[in-house]
Amino acid sequence: MSETILVQNGQVYDPQNGVNGEIRDIWIKHGRVVAPEEMDRKRAQTIDATGLVVMPGGVDIHSHIVGAKVNAGRKFRPEDHRDHVRSRTSFTRSGAGYTVPTTYLTGYLYAEMGYTTVMEAATAPLVARHTHEEMEDTPILDKGAFITMGNNHFIMNCIRDGQRDKARDYVAWLLGATKGYAIKIVNPGGVENWKWGKNVSELDDEVIGFGVTPRQIITTLAWINDDLGLPHVPHIHGLGLGSTGNARTTVETIEALGGRRAHFCHLQFLSYAGERGNLPRSGAAAVARAVNEHPNVTVDVGQVVFGEATTMTCDGPFQYRLHRLTGHKWLNDDVEGETGGGVVPIRYDRKNPVNAVQWVIGLELFLLTQDPWRVFLTTDHPNAGPFFYYPQVIKLLMDRDYRAEMLQGIHDRTRRNTLLHELDREYSLYEIAIITRAGTARALGLKNKGHLGVGADADVTIYAPLDDREEMFARPPYVLKDGEIVVRDGQLVRERPGRTLYVDPPYDPAIETDLRAHFEERYTLSFDNYPVSCEYLPHGQVVACE
Amino acid sequence: MSDVIEATKSETAEVRVVENVVCSFCGCLCDDIVVEVDDGGITRVRKACANGRGFFTHYRPAPRQPSVNGQGVGWKEAVAEAAQILNAADSPLIYGLSSTVTEAQRKAVKLADRLGAMIDTTSSVCHGPTGLAMQAVGEPTCTLGEVRNRADLLVFWGCNPAVSHIRHSSRYSARSKGMLTPNGRQDRTVVAVDVRPTASTRTADIFLQVQPGADFDVLAALRALVQGKEIAMETVGGVPATQLSDLADRFKTCRFGVAFVGMGLTQSRGRDLNVSELFTLVADLNQYTRFSVIPMRGHGNVAGADQVLTWQAGYPFAVSFARGYPQYGPGEFSTVDVLARGEADAALILASDPVAHFPRAAARQLEHIPTIVLDPMPSLTARVARVVFPTACYGVDAAGTVYRMDGVPLRLRPALPRARPTDEEVLDQIIEAVM
Amino acid sequence: MSEHFTLITGRTAEQGRALHEDKDSEAYYRAMTLVEMNVEDMNRLRIEEGQVIRVRTAAGQVEVPAYAGELPSMLLFIPMGPVANVLVGTDTESTGMPPFKGLMAEVEPI
Repeated sequence: MSETILVQNGQVYDPQNGVNGEIRDIWIKHGRVVAPEEMDRKRAQTIDATGLVVMPGGVDIHSHIVGAKVNAGRKFRPEDHRDHVRSRTSFTRSGAGYTVPTTYLTGYLYAEMGYTTVMEAATAPLVARHTHEEMEDTPILDKGAFITMGNNHFIMNCIRDGQRDKARDYVAWLLGATKGYAIKIVNPGGVENWKWGKNVSELDDEVIGFGVTPRQIITTLAWINDDLGLPHVPHIHGLGLGSTGNARTTVETIEALGGRRAHFCHLQFLSYAGERGNLPRSGAAAVARAVNEHPNVTVDVGQVVFGEATTMTCDGPFQYRLHRLTGHKWLNDDVEGETGGGVVPIRYDRKNPVNAVQWVIGLELFLLTQDPWRVFLTTDHPNAGPFFYYPQVIKLLMDRDYRAEMLQGIHDRTRRNTLLHELDREYSLYEIAIITRAGTARALGLKNKGHLGVGADADVTIYAPLDDREEMFARPPYVLKDGEIVVRDGQLVRERPGRTLYVDPPYDPAIETDLRAHFEERYTLSFDNYPVSCEYLPHGQVVACE
Repeated sequence: MSDVIEATKSETAEVRVVENVVCSFCGCLCDDIVVEVDDGGITRVRKACANGRGFFTHYRPAPRQPSVNGQGVGWKEAVAEAAQILNAADSPLIYGLSSTVTEAQRKAVKLADRLGAMIDTTSSVCHGPTGLAMQAVGEPTCTLGEVRNRADLLVFWGCNPAVSHIRHSSRYSARSKGMLTPNGRQDRTVVAVDVRPTASTRTADIFLQVQPGADFDVLAALRALVQGKEIAMETVGGVPATQLSDLADRFKTCRFGVAFVGMGLTQSRGRDLNVSELFTLVADLNQYTRFSVIPMRGHGNVAGADQVLTWQAGYPFAVSFARGYPQYGPGEFSTVDVLARGEADAALILASDPVAHFPRAAARQLEHIPTIVLDPMPSLTARVARVVFPTACYGVDAAGTVYRMDGVPLRLRPALPRARPTDEEVLDQIIEAVM
Repeated sequence: MSEHFTLITGRTAEQGRALHEDKDSEAYYRAMTLVEMNVEDMNRLRIEEGQVIRVRTAAGQVEVPAYAGELPSMLLFIPMGPVANVLVGTDTESTGMPPFKGLMAEVEPI
């Protein structure tokens, strides 16, 4: 990383530093953005960005790319891979897959799209080691794992016993033991109830065998997050995902936070209005209003892309319901004492009234949420669509004619009933930069990502300013990672390992006694063999807590 | 005279006790093993079953020379010879992988990708059909702790854990005690399905004796009964319909059922179709209660081999990189087929013994093509190989990662210091040499 | 005489234990060189306990001692390993899995 690079004369969009399309030079040395005074101008390699758009590398706040569930999805769907292959080259590995690409291919595809940081959205603690093995085989990108805790037995026991401090120490221990980045909550209490064949649907429903409620789980983990000073906030996949009427519970959950910070993921799937048992209508207006009124909340949309997708979540009961609804093959995996989940293939069809309404809901959320610093672009890859369709979503947000054109092609009744006709807002490049990198990096607490100020990691993407925004964002001519050119002239030219970012908050070591007892009683492996050692993170980097 | 020498030895030798050791013999991956070690090696193994104990005590860790054509050579020469064989081959095959760590398995896939080779694991003669079934119809599963904590009904279909997974019962299944099963065995009903009585059927509450080749029929009948349909026949596959009816009721009314499936289904007539039918039955049962299925993975890290090949190539076994990208071909690139048709002109056998386990006509092929073996033990395959690398033994003196039958990854805790190169190191050198 | 038996191959405790030893060992060899038969079938065919018989399938034949086992009539069991594998063919029916269980076999006392 002794390269010094000057990205010269580009049109820079760096919202964290208020730069909105100004012509600026970016100076890079030893993998970081530096001040011009630190550079030896004569020795720098120059990339002439005249007439080009320069942004920080993309930061994906929620994607399923590595680990047990993702790999089960890969194994389960050979039909997904056969027609989507990449040949090896002298410096890259071969790969295959469309909705669930293999690890090397995932790294290459994201990098070619100008993304340099991707957060793995859900890892069950018991199998965190698997996540880290796959991360090592996912090149170029910096990565981090969200650790699912919303159905965790130790935590629920603490809540039941009124031992908030002990739960906090457990969470700190768990994040260190799993080398995770953030607290993930998936259908709190519902996945435990699924082990009894049941679910939860309201915040005050009871978790069988524990006597606690989803509300208590969420508020406790939100308190813990703040108390530990974690860089990200609790990342919440709420109740009733995919069910008609869940918009109401989403709003209630936002309100239940009582001002504590949290992130709501793939909110499209949780913004359905209507009576339970009926087909969903859009609840985006009510949900967007709640988001607008609660500045403590960030969200990512989980925009549907018409075509093939693979649903994979820790939401066991939801995945089963989807299997029964679609008749598609179904994977389920209950994880002792911690969580569960499942995988079901799906296809989003623009003429299907439910899929059409899912599609409009996502766009309505984007267009009704006022603050771009709090609404982020995802497709909950691969649940609502593969990540390499982000450019298509960007085009839908920036180009209302394109939006109207696609709207014409969807199911008639859905088209007639949507608010989209009145929403003629178009996202600017500046706003796109926020929802795909500046805002996501900030929400993740990644201080050196998502911006191009001095000290930032030199993750830089250079786009050609094409009128067709999908083309523009699909194939950036240049991508730099830590100041090294990995994509040049739109081609991958270099493979290098990325980092794994994790947190290591302190905890009271006295908790070990309780942990040992808990392991004896509840787990089938020994406490001493559970933690993921540093050997699994040869490119690990701790992100500090406040 | 020798007694005196023994006594002196034990006075002066320092004994180290290593706890929480992972036994990597079978898919149980018991991680509570206690190994006692002195200067001479492993002196005692506690808590392991007979298979595990044998695994720890029969390996001789002293370094051995690699060989080429039966002659001892240095590691460099052996690597050069192996690379030469692989470079010269038009259709090389890499096989095995299941008794080594994922770190080495990852190298094996990398090598295959580099060479444009075929790569296959022991799954193809074990739970390959289970993978095919999962790809066809899905798989409702759970981790072993869920079995211990919740399961009140267990079904062992076509497997004999009393012989093959000896501590499975006490650690995870029939006899284990857990959250909702404090009385262990008494809190459970155990059903065993097989074509003949075995040590496992004898300890079951219900033994379903099925005619050979009739598992599919019996499973189909159970599916019908579970859905409330009636069976016209008096027996199905040798089993009285009344017994099947009773079983269907038990399945539907348990609290948390778990089926374990083994070679009885994967190796019999119907193979993957048998397993698909079982998986579909298990999925159907989730309309009435909670039911899961766990394949009884045999070798210690065959589950890891599945995972690694899948995350790097997209498919769990029978892969070819010949076109420059991964292709999936059970029956086409699976090793018994490839060898039987003479379609490989070189083979690298990693951590497995196909000469011992393959049909003779396929095993014999390994004598006719240049074969490279990486194995800690002098296997039957090593005996016919041109190049043999006696590598360290995973779990005993080589570290790394292994995956349990339920997908839980563990880190090995080798009690002995390493005296030999590891599979991973040798493969790395071969990869460099073939480039 | 060509009664059609069904042959299955599989694990036994002894074969599993002997796996750890050098596969050249006598214990391993002894553990897999045998066939278990239903006692009534043995009587009918006048095969004595321990008598060496020929077992033949489409893939090949072996000569092994026969012992009475707890098996239904017309079923044969041979422990998995190189001896059994002489009898196992290579037709995997496109699954990759050879027919280790459920082979059609004939026996002949010799």
